[in-house]
Amino acid sequence: MKRTYVRSMDGWWRRDPFFLHYMAREATAVFVVIYAAILLVTLARLAQGEASFGRWIAMLRSPASIVVHSVLFAAFLYHTWTWFRIMPKTMPPIVVADRRLAPWQITALGLAASGAASAALLAAVVALAT
Amino acid sequence: MSEPRNITLEILRYQPAEGATPYFERFEIPFTDDMSVLQGLQYVKDNIDGSLTYRWSCRMAICGSCGMMVNGVPHLACHTFLREFDPGPVRIEPLAHFPIERDLVIEASDFVAKLEKIRPYIVPKEPRTLEAGEHLQTPEELERFEQFSHCINCMLCYAACPQYGLDSKFLGPGITALLHRYNRDSRDGARAERMALVHQDDGVWGCTAVGYCSEVCPKAVDPANAVNLNKTASALSFFARFLPGGGER
Amino acid sequence: MSARSTQPVFWLLFGAGGMLSALIGAVLVFITGIALPLGIFVPADVLSYHEMAGFARHWWAKAFLFLVVSLFLWHGAHRIFHSLHDLGIHAKKAPALACYGLAFFGTVVAAAELLRIGF
Repeated sequence: MKRTYVRSMDGWWRRDPFFLHYMAREATAVFVVIYAAILLVTLARLAQGEASFGRWIAMLRSPASIVVHSVLFAAFLYHTWTWFRIMPKTMPPIVVADRRLAPWQITALGLAASGAASAALLAAVVALAT
Repeated sequence: MSEPRNITLEILRYQPAEGATPYFERFEIPFTDDMSVLQGLQYVKDNIDGSLTYRWSCRMAICGSCGMMVNGVPHLACHTFLREFDPGPVRIEPLAHFPIERDLVIEASDFVAKLEKIRPYIVPKEPRTLEAGEHLQTPEELERFEQFSHCINCMLCYAACPQYGLDSKFLGPGITALLHRYNRDSRDGARAERMALVHQDDGVWGCTAVGYCSEVCPKAVDPANAVNLNKTASALSFFARFLPGGGER
Repeated sequence: MSARSTQPVFWLLFGAGGMLSALIGAVLVFITGIALPLGIFVPADVLSYHEMAGFARHWWAKAFLFLVVSLFLWHGAHRIFHSLHDLGIHAKKAPALACYGLAFFGTVVAAAELLRIGF
């Protein structure tokens, strides 16, 4: 009967920078949910009517809200970066001009798409608003 | 050849006995720039403590025997040079996420059992006779699986994978890469059978795309890719099975 | 042979939400949380009940807002569920019910509120 020794997994993610980055990446999910909740409350307040939405606008204009959204903005940027960094691992070989696209190229294409989509959305909002 | 210098190896020892726990033991050894960690261990065993126990064989990174943790990172001991860690100390421990059997030797029976489960060999699509001749395969068909055939079963990816460490029921990176290698081989006909393992909670769905497995693989197999490609395949099949002609092939 | 996992459903929702948030999440946070409230790039009075209700009455605005809220919630739920396991919580049923349940609840509320806003 073998007396093997099983080592503990406690604190496993603190043992290596690679795992710390992984946990930071996973943690962006919390910020995504917080923003979705803020949007949901916005919709609810809008549905409730002018007075309720007016109070919500005042809240959105507060320094606290600006700070929270700045933190959320940074978190979403980190999510974008990590999302396109892991994306090549989920894809089959993509062959362009007889060469297989390297992971960094797939990441670059993803980031470019994000930049383009973001610019387009911002432009659309500015156009709609004016 | 440069002047021999000394370096300290801090090795995790374990001798199975009632209530035994692992402990670190230090060995100061002379080393040269061309010495691998494996050669360092061999110096200790040959000159200082003959009881030091570890697995090794080819000493050229093809047999997959000498996997161990060097400064907390999975390495092949024969493929890792002591000069990289100068001035040391170099911390050497058995592969993470496996039970320790003795010193640097881990209990690998779970890995072997999983290997057997995935049928890691060509299962012909239909029975063949010798008269049918050899399978014919184009370079393009070879390309579809060749990368995944480079796996040497060294288990470094399992030592890297925290999901395997948290739950050893997880099929894991290397085995999934091998499974994928056979599924992608045009000669093979057992894909449906292997996919049944993929579809389980402990199949590919235990993976959270940490990606460390592919970082440590000494043969650039990219097991993370194999696992995550099979997530897509499994997800598509989850819905396609309800469509006519959408059965597993 | 144990049963097939149900994870594909949640993983696909996770992927859709992750891709959507990776493409336009940051800019949406900027627009709704900084630009509109502070009147950057847009007139300061655009963030008003009149303007926002007018916008949200369009079916395409409702569809967009619904997708953003719902997919972001499903993305977060799936990742948080797996992170709980990473942090040492090894129960499966209760955390799954909580995470996916909340995403489902949020999805239903989003649809209800968007319909309440009217057309």
